[in-house]
Amino acid sequence: MNDAVIEVTGLRKRFGPTLALGGVTFTAPPGKVTGFIGPNGAGKSTTIRVILGLDAPDEGRVRVGGHPYQDLRNPLRHVGALIDAAAVQPSRTARNHLLWLARSQALKAGRVDAVLELVGLAAAARRRAGGFSLGMRQRLGIAAAMLGDPPVVILDEPFNGMDPEGIVWMRKLLRTLAAEGRALLVSSHLMSELQGIADHIVVIGRGKVLADAGIDELLARAAGEQVLLQTPTPAEAARVLHRAGGATTILDDSTLSVSGLAARQVVEALGQSGVVFSEVTTQRATLEDVYFQLTSGEAEFRTEAGQGAQR
Amino acid sequence: MTRTSASPLSAGTPERTRFTAVLRAEWTKFRTVRGWVIAPVIAALLCIMFAYLVANGTHTDFCTGAGNCKAGHPFVPTGPNGQAVADSYYTVGRQLTGDGTITTQVTSLTGVISTAMTNVAPSQAQQTRPGLAAWAKAGILARPSTRQGSAYAAVMATGGHGDRFQYNYSHDNPGRSGPVSTSSPRWLRLTRTGDTLTGYDSTNGTTWTRIGAAHLTGLPVTVHVGLFVTSPVSFQTSASGSRTLATATFDHTIIDGHTTPNAWHGQSIGARQQDFYPTLRVGSYQRADSSLVISGSGDIAPAVVQGLLGADTAASSLPFGLTVALIVIIVVATMFITAEYRRGLIRITFAAIPGRRRVLAAKAAVIGAVAFVTAAAAATVAISLGERILQANGAYVFPASASTVVRIIAGTAALATVTAVAVLAVGAITRRSAAAVATGIVVFVLPSIIGSISSGGAVQWLYRLTPAAGLSVLQALPRSAQVDYPYTFANGYYPLAPWAGLGVLTAWAALALGIAAVVLRRRDA
Repeated sequence: MNDAVIEVTGLRKRFGPTLALGGVTFTAPPGKVTGFIGPNGAGKSTTIRVILGLDAPDEGRVRVGGHPYQDLRNPLRHVGALIDAAAVQPSRTARNHLLWLARSQALKAGRVDAVLELVGLAAAARRRAGGFSLGMRQRLGIAAAMLGDPPVVILDEPFNGMDPEGIVWMRKLLRTLAAEGRALLVSSHLMSELQGIADHIVVIGRGKVLADAGIDELLARAAGEQVLLQTPTPAEAARVLHRAGGATTILDDSTLSVSGLAARQVVEALGQSGVVFSEVTTQRATLEDVYFQLTSGEAEFRTEAGQGAQR
Repeated sequence: MTRTSASPLSAGTPERTRFTAVLRAEWTKFRTVRGWVIAPVIAALLCIMFAYLVANGTHTDFCTGAGNCKAGHPFVPTGPNGQAVADSYYTVGRQLTGDGTITTQVTSLTGVISTAMTNVAPSQAQQTRPGLAAWAKAGILARPSTRQGSAYAAVMATGGHGDRFQYNYSHDNPGRSGPVSTSSPRWLRLTRTGDTLTGYDSTNGTTWTRIGAAHLTGLPVTVHVGLFVTSPVSFQTSASGSRTLATATFDHTIIDGHTTPNAWHGQSIGARQQDFYPTLRVGSYQRADSSLVISGSGDIAPAVVQGLLGADTAASSLPFGLTVALIVIIVVATMFITAEYRRGLIRITFAAIPGRRRVLAAKAAVIGAVAFVTAAAAATVAISLGERILQANGAYVFPASASTVVRIIAGTAALATVTAVAVLAVGAITRRSAAAVATGIVVFVLPSIIGSISSGGAVQWLYRLTPAAGLSVLQALPRSAQVDYPYTFANGYYPLAPWAGLGVLTAWAALALGIAAVVLRRRDA
């Protein structure tokens, strides 16, 4: 059994009347970045807490490298996790925060310096963590996750509060860790953050897995190309394009969305009919579109129930 | 990718993080928060400072006559083992050289009790009513000298405890029971053989029953032997006690052995104005035919606080400072876990160490050790400082044996340890700093504060049932079965024995820990 795998099977959990997880099943395989996507309150953090043995599921089971989390000796050597970057004692230095974690796993203090170097906090090692920016705390959280050099890495919203430079660094780090053969589970409520780094996507909404597929498969599922047309007479343009075989939607009094016709065909049809237009652009499907399609009916995260589940 | 970890486990039993690793992690957590390291130091300093202030605020005046008062305290004899003793009586005796035996018959033992309380001057306490104190004593005494506090052995008839053989203040052997009267006289005999003194009693003067023997090592060749009568303060009718006097008639007194040739010599011991023990009046003796009638007032027994103003002990300056220190320790012990809940750090801890009860146990060990060291250091300094200042201010400080001082220090440290562990558990249960600190103070400190400022029988129950019982470890005043005294909290006595009181506190802590262990396991982190 490969150490670097997370298997989540049939997780169900209720918080009072709220169904937080309604049968969540997925696998985060080795050597890949698995994106764990869903709106706030969808059940991402609850799932991660269950994986780490912090919350007990009502049903279902989790195996990390084939074992229940509770059975892992020195668990941080098997699973490194960033679950809450704000979770530091403000008056403790970054180094000491990592030091007690190292002690708990019978790791040498040398590992502390190594991971501080890895996340670029070596210079801030003896500063109080309470004075850190959110981005620095994210780096400290990554350092804690990497302390035990674990085959499985779980990061909950690692991009929150990071500056652009930090985001670039983080994306590169995630790719490197996956390339080393580790299983990475990275959650985000923004699909765009994971575009280009996730190999595999699990979309969750209201406690249910909405999609669990490779990135290419997901993109293929999305609707095809769309053409956006800027014109002072959208109604007339729509009539012309209908005759040419396109489907149109008037977005506002100067914008028309066209599908079923390529940009070139749109320009030809409009030119022959003498309809005035100012701009024609082609839009490709993005992960973001897929995400919105999948979660449009699910994103009721502003309800009481949703907030309860997030907690 | 490097692999620092071994395969997690073999199938079957879960293998857990070693406890020493958890302990090191929790110790690292504690020592890396500066406030948590400073707070115990402040707690110890506050404890010492308040002990100093309490001791410095205690002044004792000692009055030897109308308006003639000065700083100081009355004379309290010190017994052979360094304990405070009462040694006030009237004796009629001679010097005995070498071995010998003294025999007598006690034909009556009666007494009177002052109608005034001990706190009025003896000159105004002469009004009496009949009454015999249970520990009124009449019998035969042998001792190296009549110096107060010196060694002795005595066989005696008592007012209400039958015949007794007693030596060196705290040793007591019972003989025949029942009161003495003309129709039921009592024969007593005390024999000296080398260093050994043996007491006998008899109803007829021919059949003797051995009651007990004492080996008084270093007993000189020539000792004082004699008849004695004494009668202690009675607390039968009033809490502040009444002075008493007993009168006994001795017949057929015979001494076998080399005695001083001169006649019987009467002596009042320990009934001077500067003596602490309250006596009704100076004793006396008179001859009536072949009989000697002797009256005496006082006691030969361990001293408890009767007759002394205040009850200053090695620990008496400690409680207030200890309470303040405990509050600081309670705050630190609570924060040690609630700070983690507040920051969400507890999830990091429980993800790293899934065995949550081990985390609780390690935290308890760390905070318990910190509290132990803090309280032990504070108590050691506070006790010696307090004692020194009390003495400098003229107060009498009840002598405490080295083992008692060690027990008070160890007990104080244990008290702080158990309290810290208990509030840690409360913190684990409530997860909120304010709630846990408030609960900790209300449950573990408030009862003793209420106890210290209130009076009445209910206070005794506070110190029996609530965590305030733990303060019993501070008990420094001696108790004695040979002294009838109201051993109440108001008089400086905790209702429970030191370790029993600590046991009550520990039961409360165990309850809190038990609840914490259950909720930690059941609750989502």
